[in-house]
Amino acid sequence: MIGFVAKRLGGLLLTLFVASFAVYGAVYLAPGSPESVLFGSHPPSPEVRAAVRHFLGLDRPFVARYAIWLGNVAHGDLGRSVISQQAVSDRISAPLNVTLALVAYAAVLIVIFGVGLGLLSALKPGPIDATVTGVVSLATAMPAFVTAALLTSFFAVRLGWFPSYGLEAGFGGWLRSLTLPAVSLAVISSGLVARVTRTATRQVIASDHVTTAEARGLSRRRTIRSHVLRNSAGPVLSVTGLQVASLFAGAVVVEQAFGLNGLGGLLISSIEQKDFPVVQAIALLLVTAFVVLNAVADVLVAALDPGARSAVAR
Amino acid sequence: MTAAVEVAIRRRRRAVRLPALGASGWVALTAVALVVLAALFAPLLAPHDPDTGNLLAAYARPGAAHWLGTDATGRDIASRLIYGARTSLLGPAAIVALSLLIGVPLALVSAWRGGWVAFVITRMLDVLFAIPGLLIAILATAVFGAGLRAAVLALAVAYLPYTARIIVSAAERERRQEYVRALTVQGASALSISTRHVLRNIAPLIASQSTVAFAYALIDLASLSFLGLAVQPPEADWGVLASDRDAVLQGHSTQVVAASVLVIVTVLSLFVLGARLAGERPTVRGFLRRRGAR
Repeated sequence: MIGFVAKRLGGLLLTLFVASFAVYGAVYLAPGSPESVLFGSHPPSPEVRAAVRHFLGLDRPFVARYAIWLGNVAHGDLGRSVISQQAVSDRISAPLNVTLALVAYAAVLIVIFGVGLGLLSALKPGPIDATVTGVVSLATAMPAFVTAALLTSFFAVRLGWFPSYGLEAGFGGWLRSLTLPAVSLAVISSGLVARVTRTATRQVIASDHVTTAEARGLSRRRTIRSHVLRNSAGPVLSVTGLQVASLFAGAVVVEQAFGLNGLGGLLISSIEQKDFPVVQAIALLLVTAFVVLNAVADVLVAALDPGARSAVAR
Repeated sequence: MTAAVEVAIRRRRRAVRLPALGASGWVALTAVALVVLAALFAPLLAPHDPDTGNLLAAYARPGAAHWLGTDATGRDIASRLIYGARTSLLGPAAIVALSLLIGVPLALVSAWRGGWVAFVITRMLDVLFAIPGLLIAILATAVFGAGLRAAVLALAVAYLPYTARIIVSAAERERRQEYVRALTVQGASALSISTRHVLRNIAPLIASQSTVAFAYALIDLASLSFLGLAVQPPEADWGVLASDRDAVLQGHSTQVVAASVLVIVTVLSLFVLGARLAGERPTVRGFLRRRGAR
């Protein structure tokens, strides 16, 4: 188990390293020099431009700049916004909270509805299973921007139950304002989680040890709890972890649809303003969140099921 | 070559046949075919020009003149949806084609050479896999400017792991088969075995995988258009059409609902078709491998 965790951690660090290089290097490839943003339509004298480039550290070679940036990031210094000269970490702290709240809300919905519906259709064959499977199939085909548009048109505009735009103050306000966004974000993932939960649970129910447990006279409740759920938990946890991790990228779309000032909104506006230090920091943060959550899910699955350790590590 | 080997090889070849689609498969195929036909014959089917509006007829109600009404600038919604099918299908088609063009050779080389070549390719795919596709595409549009071209290229790269990983494991399985050994003994080159025989045998798998990838590419590309990073308005695209917030907030939701329904129906049909082409009920492992393809 320790070996598995070490191996997974090594892979994680390697991936993060390569991803950080890609994120930093991609922006380096962008046409036009970064300092041009500051001057707008007034081209400066060569001396001024050179001074600004030196101030921003743009006169150093690429690898040196990357090394300095990575060193700073490792110390928690994400750089400065080119536009506002504000520290990036100050700039992103409020949006980060919005995105975290949105992702957490959606994750709770995914666990409740994804796992819940999956178990329901696995344990209740017949009409219930058929209905739930139909709903679940529909859910897997509903991209977040589609769900967002439909929910806004119905629940926000027609019924007026939820705000269609922005964030209300206070805990209750956040809960109300984030409900439609979280549902939009959660629908497609809940569908996938439900489907995997159903298939995994069905497979376990059909296996010999469950038949044996039933033959031994164990109650159905007991069989399901200690034989079925325990064994179907691996794949369910694995797919749930991946879906929750992918919410950080999906949040970009939902935040834009509901006018939430989260990381996604900041990413899009920073791209429009060519504020690359902010773009790099947010991209790195989103990749890190995705990679770390995936690794955590893998480790949890391995802790639960020793057989998965070799399968996942490969 | 003995007759038995020849029969074995021929049998392997004949195994390449599409599995029965079943009722749901045919319904899905019909839906996809209708959308493709609408895209192909858009100029004949669309009752109005998709880009010229009449401000006096803004937000017209659905009726005989405009089946689904008009938008804020008086453009015919039905015509825009029909024309929108073009970009909404061409983009994902380009993404899947490009991703196969790079992914298939990469996968075959990895499966055939093994060793450090396979190691490098696998690690590369792992790293790509670790960055969400949507984020790769958003960064690409940041670097190369918003537009369909950057978005398509970026998503083609982002989809590589999903295509290549499955082909690698299928090709590795094929490689251990009897008929490959028979061909090797006959002196067939690795290139000819992998392209003429193995590729043929795993073609149904590639078809099924590409169908599902097409659906996810449609979602991702429409999401990017929704963010204003891929297809640019006023060009009609389902993602653009589904993102008309102003119309929704003013209570005119026909266009947004219709575009949403088209996206859902097309994606759902592609999923069903993909599952049927694979010739099996989807399994847990299959889903974990696809991992939601986001």
